[in-house]
Amino acid sequence: MATAQDVKPVAQVRTSGEMGSHQWGLFGLPAAILLLLVVAYPIVRTVALSFSDMGLSNEFQMEWTGLGNFRRLFSDSRFASGLKATTVFTITSVTLEFVIGLGLALAASEFVRGRGLIRSIFLAPWTLPTAIIAVLWSWIFNDQYGIVNGLLQKAHLLESPIAWLGTPGTAMGVLVLADVWKTTPFVFVVLLAGLQSVPQDLYEAIEMDGGGMWPKFRYVTLPFLLPFLFIALIFRLIQAFAVFDLVYVMTGGGPGGATETVSVYSYRTYMRYLDIGYGSAQVVAMILILCIVAIAMYQLLVKRHERTF
Amino acid sequence: MCIFALAPLAWHGVSSFKSPAELTRTPPSLLPEQPVLSNYEELFVRRPFGRYYVNTVVIAALSALLCVAAASMCAYGLARASEAVRKTATSSLLAVAFFPPIVFLFPLYEMIRAAGLVNHPWSLIVPYAALNLPFATWLLTGYMRQIPIELEEAAAVDGLSRFKTFVRIILPLSMPALSTAAILAFIFSWNEFMLALTFMNRESSKTITVGVATLSGAFAYEIPWGLLAAGVIASSLPLIATVMIFQKKIVAGLTAGSGK
Repeated sequence: MATAQDVKPVAQVRTSGEMGSHQWGLFGLPAAILLLLVVAYPIVRTVALSFSDMGLSNEFQMEWTGLGNFRRLFSDSRFASGLKATTVFTITSVTLEFVIGLGLALAASEFVRGRGLIRSIFLAPWTLPTAIIAVLWSWIFNDQYGIVNGLLQKAHLLESPIAWLGTPGTAMGVLVLADVWKTTPFVFVVLLAGLQSVPQDLYEAIEMDGGGMWPKFRYVTLPFLLPFLFIALIFRLIQAFAVFDLVYVMTGGGPGGATETVSVYSYRTYMRYLDIGYGSAQVVAMILILCIVAIAMYQLLVKRHERTF
Repeated sequence: MCIFALAPLAWHGVSSFKSPAELTRTPPSLLPEQPVLSNYEELFVRRPFGRYYVNTVVIAALSALLCVAAASMCAYGLARASEAVRKTATSSLLAVAFFPPIVFLFPLYEMIRAAGLVNHPWSLIVPYAALNLPFATWLLTGYMRQIPIELEEAAAVDGLSRFKTFVRIILPLSMPALSTAAILAFIFSWNEFMLALTFMNRESSKTITVGVATLSGAFAYEIPWGLLAAGVIASSLPLIATVMIFQKKIVAGLTAGSGK
């Protein structure tokens, strides 16, 4: 900072860098109030509700039922099929996003010029609301008037129009496509930043040792990229696993519940069936699954990485 | 890559200028033969789309402001707190960001109902500010730690209190990071759907995402595609303009957290 050099340090003042505890406490107060109100209390409340049968059936009285809701979860085939749809959606879309995102980032790190404009065009889908993106793709894949069926029929690849959103497999495919379209730019931007943090002289060192593309990637690019990869991956896994807007607006979970994800099911349990206790149990189960996935990812990516390098 | 990013939007731009008769023609025409403005007219004149716009801008702007105000104070405290406190606080903030939004939905709804704030903008402004707080604090703490401590020591010599030092010295120096945090918080609030869908059910209170997603035709079975296309374009343009203008800041904000 330019101004920093103009100011002479004053030795006799006894303000060390650190604040007294009550002082930083005061600065943190507004944030703490917001987080308590909007985040901490709702989490505690959701966990408490998951052990109760509060809902329409008992006029919203809170009666404890112990693990009753969780037992019900295990025998609920709709929850099981929700988990399956969510897992399929998460694994397919996150894998595609990272494969395409990494490929594009590796290609783009070679170019130096013109990156700004390309990046901002490419970033555009990521900034759009997911609910709007759902509307956008359902028009494109509309069975009667959609452009996809129109083009395929024009090219004589298709005899009769496909009901993309009316068939379980293709409906999931369109959901994944829309998610990949929206989120690959995010992955790309984060991974590109990771690639730009790699010191170039390390590549030269490998070249001098006669190393090719793979050793360069394995021993130089990957170690520097890994922290970026880890953060982006965890973040995306959680987002994809909690997918709501896209499914709710585009397919509503249909056809016949084939694309109903856990979040959509929980939302309906809360707001339509007004079965609050059971909805909360679904949400708690979802968090537990996410925790296990996050810990597993951490062990797999970060711990192993620490041992190898 | 750019074509793939833009083509779906371009197709909606084209569709939004087609008349209902042309929209339902098979196979679809690539360009509107007789461009019409009727979809936009319907959207803004006969539907309360202007109202959705105002609601969304007010909610997104106020929540971004509230978020950055709280986050900047917290970040300053953390930047100057001891290592142990900072580490604990930032990692618990990160944990908050990992909870899916449906966790907060029902308890928030209960509180909002109890406070009589259903359909009221504050029922979204406060939750959005809080949900964007972790990443904003994270971003700002990193930035503020780089501001030399000597500036504050000099301010203390001049008799400035901690809070005045924060307002007059730290905040102006943090402008680049503050604006990045505010832009991202604004975009996230503009885009949020689940809470807005639940807390805003009156036409005049709806936000843009909920408004467009729940647009329906005169009859239940009729989907007004031209209107929807116009809605997609009208709700996306401000965001696309934001990315074009603030591209560098957005990228800086997205990547600031992951490198540390």
